[in-house]
Amino acid sequence: MSDNTLTTQSGADQKEGPIVRFLRATEVDTRMLGMVGALLLIWIGFHLYGQIFNGFGAFLTSRNLWNLSVQTSSIAVMATGMVLIIVTRHIDLSAGSLLGVTAMVMGVVQVWVLPEMLGLNNPMIWIITVLVGISFGAAIGALHGFLIAYMGIPAFIVTLGGLLIWRGSAWWVARGETIAPVDSTFALLGGGPFGTIGATGSWIVGALAIVGIAALLLMGRRQRVRFGFPLRPVWAEWTLGLVGSGLIVASVLVMNSYLWPKGVVRRYAEANNITVPEGGLEISHGFAIPVLIAITVGIFMTFLVTRTRFGRYVFAIGGNPEAAELAGINTKRMTLMIFSLMGGLVGISAVIASARLNAATNSLGQLDELYVIAAAVIGGTSFAGGIGTIYGAMLGALVMQSLQSGMVLVGFDSAVQQMVVGGVLIFAVWLDTIYRRNSV
Amino acid sequence: MTDTATQVDAIDRSGTPLIEMKDISIAFGGIKAVDHASVDLYPGEVVGLLGHNGAGKSTLIKILSGAYGRDTGQIFVRGEEATITNPRHAKDYGIETIYQTLALADNVDAAANLFLGRELLTRWGTLDDAAMEDETRRVMGRLNPNFKKFKEPVKLLSGGQRQSVAIARAIHFNARILIMDEPTAALGPQETEQVGQLIKQLKKDGIGIFLISHDIHDVFDLADRVSVMKNGQVVGSASTKDVTKDEVLGMIILGKCPPGATPGPGASTD
Ligand SMILES: Nc1ncnc2c1ncn2[C@@H]1O[C@H](COP(=O)(O)OP(=O)(O)OP(=O)(O)O)[C@@H](O)[C@H]1O
Ligand SMILES: [Mg+2]
Repeated sequence: MSDNTLTTQSGADQKEGPIVRFLRATEVDTRMLGMVGALLLIWIGFHLYGQIFNGFGAFLTSRNLWNLSVQTSSIAVMATGMVLIIVTRHIDLSAGSLLGVTAMVMGVVQVWVLPEMLGLNNPMIWIITVLVGISFGAAIGALHGFLIAYMGIPAFIVTLGGLLIWRGSAWWVARGETIAPVDSTFALLGGGPFGTIGATGSWIVGALAIVGIAALLLMGRRQRVRFGFPLRPVWAEWTLGLVGSGLIVASVLVMNSYLWPKGVVRRYAEANNITVPEGGLEISHGFAIPVLIAITVGIFMTFLVTRTRFGRYVFAIGGNPEAAELAGINTKRMTLMIFSLMGGLVGISAVIASARLNAATNSLGQLDELYVIAAAVIGGTSFAGGIGTIYGAMLGALVMQSLQSGMVLVGFDSAVQQMVVGGVLIFAVWLDTIYRRNSV
Repeated sequence: MTDTATQVDAIDRSGTPLIEMKDISIAFGGIKAVDHASVDLYPGEVVGLLGHNGAGKSTLIKILSGAYGRDTGQIFVRGEEATITNPRHAKDYGIETIYQTLALADNVDAAANLFLGRELLTRWGTLDDAAMEDETRRVMGRLNPNFKKFKEPVKLLSGGQRQSVAIARAIHFNARILIMDEPTAALGPQETEQVGQLIKQLKKDGIGIFLISHDIHDVFDLADRVSVMKNGQVVGSASTKDVTKDEVLGMIILGKCPPGATPGPGASTD
């Protein structure tokens, strides 16, 4: 039988073209390649559009790409949670509103409450604020999960109600007041010139990432050898490693080539008693802290989904809820935990979003739920349940955000933006159904 | 089949039964799916549950496996009253079930289904997929040697292959009581024979089995006793050596209890 599979495989090898062979050898998900292709198309498209119609291509500049990375972070963090929710055949329409109220609660805590108790600029303020935000989000998420799992109310209804309730609460927390500025350390979590790790830090992160890729490839290979599973050809392993490392080096270079604006440099020099030399001081942004937060969340969620019981149950429930229940999985508790996790992630996004704005306003996060759902779906999460990946959703978030900020950059007005985003969502799901029909 | 005959005689029914379901009822809306039914099962015994479509067989055993809560009645495991309100409880009592619908998670592979809810973990508490696949290869090798699709989601397997996965899952965790709801419905002759052998082996190990099947020959071949259901009620129970196949058919179709059987509430009175 194993001989049989071998012959069919080599038989197919002779017929298949180099591209198919390459994909098979590297085991790269074709869907992910499609997304990368779409991303490049969007990037180059907006750049050329700017060049032709506005006389200036602003998209492929280090400044824009850096901004894009920061803008994507908040959506990407929530999209990882939305994957689990959609995989288990639920939906969360309340993410944006929950983000708003969580940001308001954190604003009140760090601006009105904690300075009174601990004194202004106490280093504990940002830590307590972040913990409050994440716990608040997780608690509301757990409440959603409770209503869905134990009270039997459909997720669509619970979170549609939540969409209104939490947006209303966001206003109500401070009677519509905007709370600003936030704690100065807290503000770093949103990026900005100071909320970055600089050139050296970025190289260190990049190097760690490359070591990580190499370790993963090596460990994967050793695992396959140990259990006698088929191996990828060595050239394919090298290709994967080199392409991955190349992307990392490229992103470090791009992030580092975006320099602090002159005014910021001057203020920084004054504050630290540095004399600015003749040609000016060149200080790189490097990776922004929110981007690192999002990547950390992505790694954590990938681990959770692929390596733990929790993740296994999420997918089993998505594939067949009744079977999961009969197998002894406590599907109700799982639902509660998934929604609570989503709430905690919304809390993290609320930290990023309000830190970036350096303020808490009751309209923060408006329409975010749609971007988050779109990101998950574009990233390959299926509404039929049981299928989805974390990296896909994060790439999906980058696609959505690229579209959005590209349109802002070339000067589309917000009415057009909305229409395009809506159209793209429908188009993406349609593509997805075609892709699935042909692949399995 | 002489060795089946000797096994039939070997069942000792003087002690406490492994399972006793007493006076079980459940209604869905207006339909009395199970109506004051009582069945029991001794160690090393195979009890065939028979009845026409919709007689209530699956519903009755789903109450035992914890899938449904019952409206009335009691369940005793080894003489002690058991609270079984969800599938985890049943598993804790060593009750494993092969459902008629198989109850597989379609989007994950055979190993993930086999170990669903009971995953093997590494010493860091993460999933040990390699070990699970290894075990799965071994179990499936015994049950269905032609089975090769270990990496595919079970959605892509044939009906018989899926059934093999469901059977493997039920027997892998040292069940004391096994419920098999149409376990061979999708299997080919060779695989069916294999399941027959498996049942005989499990009997020898002292495991009690409820076997639901529409194949009366199979049931007579494997079961020590039969209980026949009709419209949610038990027509009667009989040792397979005290009744003929035709008499059992009469029980199934007409609800007529022959002299060799103990009548239940569902036996027709004329
Ligand atoms: N979940 C349910 N909701 C409503 N009615 C149900 C449900 N499950 C079973 N029933 C009804 O209960 C009755 C008994 O069904 P059950 O599945 O136990 O029959 P069965 O004896 O297993 O039949 P078969 O031989 O076709 O498998 C049927 O009338 C069926 O329609
Ligand atoms: Mg049935």
